[in-house]
Amino acid sequence: MTRFAALPAALALLAAAMPPALAGEVQVAVAANFTAPMQQIAAAFEKDTGHKAQLAFGATGKFYAQIANGAPFEVLLAADDATPLKLEQDKLAVPGTRFTYAVGQLALWSAQPGVVDGGGQVLAKGDFAHLAIANPKTAPYGAAAIETLTKLNLLARLQPKIVQGESIAQAYQFVSSGNASLGFVALSQVWRDGKVTSGSAWIVPEKLHAPLRQDAVILAKGGANPAARALEDYLKSDKARAIIRAFGYGL
Amino acid sequence: MTGGAGMMDAADLRAVWLTLKLAGVVTLLLLLAATPIAWWLARTRSRLKTVVGAVVALPLVLPPTVLGFYLLVALGPHGPLGRLLAALGIGPLPFTFGGLVLASVLYSLPFAVQPLHNAFEAVGTRPLEVAATLRAGPWDRFWSVAVPLARPGFLAAAVLGFAHTIGEFGVVLMIGGNIEGSTRVVSVQIYDHVEALEYAQAHWLAAGMLAFSFAVLLLLYTFNPQPLRGRR
Repeated sequence: MTRFAALPAALALLAAAMPPALAGEVQVAVAANFTAPMQQIAAAFEKDTGHKAQLAFGATGKFYAQIANGAPFEVLLAADDATPLKLEQDKLAVPGTRFTYAVGQLALWSAQPGVVDGGGQVLAKGDFAHLAIANPKTAPYGAAAIETLTKLNLLARLQPKIVQGESIAQAYQFVSSGNASLGFVALSQVWRDGKVTSGSAWIVPEKLHAPLRQDAVILAKGGANPAARALEDYLKSDKARAIIRAFGYGL
Repeated sequence: MTGGAGMMDAADLRAVWLTLKLAGVVTLLLLLAATPIAWWLARTRSRLKTVVGAVVALPLVLPPTVLGFYLLVALGPHGPLGRLLAALGIGPLPFTFGGLVLASVLYSLPFAVQPLHNAFEAVGTRPLEVAATLRAGPWDRFWSVAVPLARPGFLAAAVLGFAHTIGEFGVVLMIGGNIEGSTRVVSVQIYDHVEALEYAQAHWLAAGMLAFSFAVLLLLYTFNPQPLRGRR
C-alpha cells in the first residue's frame, strides 16, 4: 500500500502545474474539408485565449449520427447548413448559435499541370478515364459536383467515368495518387494564399451550383462551456477570417 | 430519398449480388493461392519460414486503411505495381471489380493460410512416409493422402475466406470508388445509408449481414470446433 502513497501527491503536483482554471477545453467536430484551416485557427485560438480546442475531423453525416447517440462534442463545424439546422430542431444544439463560418468553393483539379484548363473545357472533351467526386448522397461537395455537371449538360455523358470517394478527402486522394486523372475537390485542399499549390485547377463558378454554406453551431453538451462560446466568437474574428480566406473559402 | 418504406430496393439487391459474386471468386482464388503457401510453411525447414509466415499474417494486424491506401498508391498509374500491370496490358485496377478481387485476396489470405497450415501440420510426416514406401510419387502423396486428411482445414479456409470477404469494408472503400454494380458492395451500401441518415434501409442490410455471419460461423463451429486451427 505504501508504494501508492506517492500517487496523490504526484497528482496534486500535476494539478498545480496545470494552467489557471480559466483556461478551458472544448471538444470540436470539424468537417473534413476544413481540416487544414481549423488546425491553424485552433493553434491561434489557444495562444490568444488560453482555451484548448480538441479537434476531431470527419464526415458531417457521421458526426450527426454520433452526436444523436451521445458523442461528447460541444461544437460542430459542419460541411453544410442543413445538419446544424437539423440538430437544432432535434434539440441537440443550442438555439440561436448557428452561423456561417465559411462558404466552400468547388474546384476541378488534376495533380498534373496542364490537364485542367481555366474554363473547365476538359470536361466537355472527356479525354480521361476517371472523374473523382465525393459521394453526392452524403457530401455537399459531391452534390455540388453533380449539380455542376447537370448544368453543363455533361452528367449523362460522364456518368460512366465517375468514381466516388467516401468524403471530399478521399476524392482528393484518388486524384493526387493519379488513379483518377481529375476530380472535383474542395478548393481549400489545393489552394494556399491565392494560388493552386500543385497541378492544375478550374475554380467552378458559383452560378453552377447552390452555395456551399458551411455552418457552425454550439451543441447541447457545450451550452454551459465558456470555451465553446469563446471559440464561436473567435471564428468570427478578423484573425480567423483571414486564415479562412487564405484557404480559398468565401465569407 | 429512396424507398421510404425501408425495404431493400433494387440498388441494395445489386449490392448483395455483387458481394456474393466477389466472395465466391475470392474464395476460389484464396484456396488456389493459400494451399501451396500453407503446404510450404508446414513442410519447409527454411529460415525464410518465419518471414513468409509473418508477411502472410500482416493483414490480421494492419488496419484495412493501411492496406487500401498502399494498394491505391501501388496500383495507381505512377505506382510500381500499376506500371508493371500496364506494361503487361492489364488496365489500371483501382475502381474495378478485378481490383477488388486482388485486394480481397491479399486481405483475407491469413484466414485461408492459417487453417490449412495447421491442418497440413496435423497430418504429420508419418502418413506421407508410409505412402512413399508404397511408391506413391510426391503429387500422388499430396492429392491422395495430404488433401483428404486436411479436409477440415480446406472447409475452414473456404468458409472463413468467404465470410471475411463479405465483411470487408475499409480496403474496398479505399480502392473501390463506390461504383454501383462493380465496386459498391453491401458493407459500403450500409455505410452510405447510415451517412445519408437512411437508417431503416441500413437496418435491413445490416440485420441481414448479422444473421448471415452468425449462420456461417454456427455452421463452421458445428463441423469444426476449432476452425482457425483447421482440425477436428
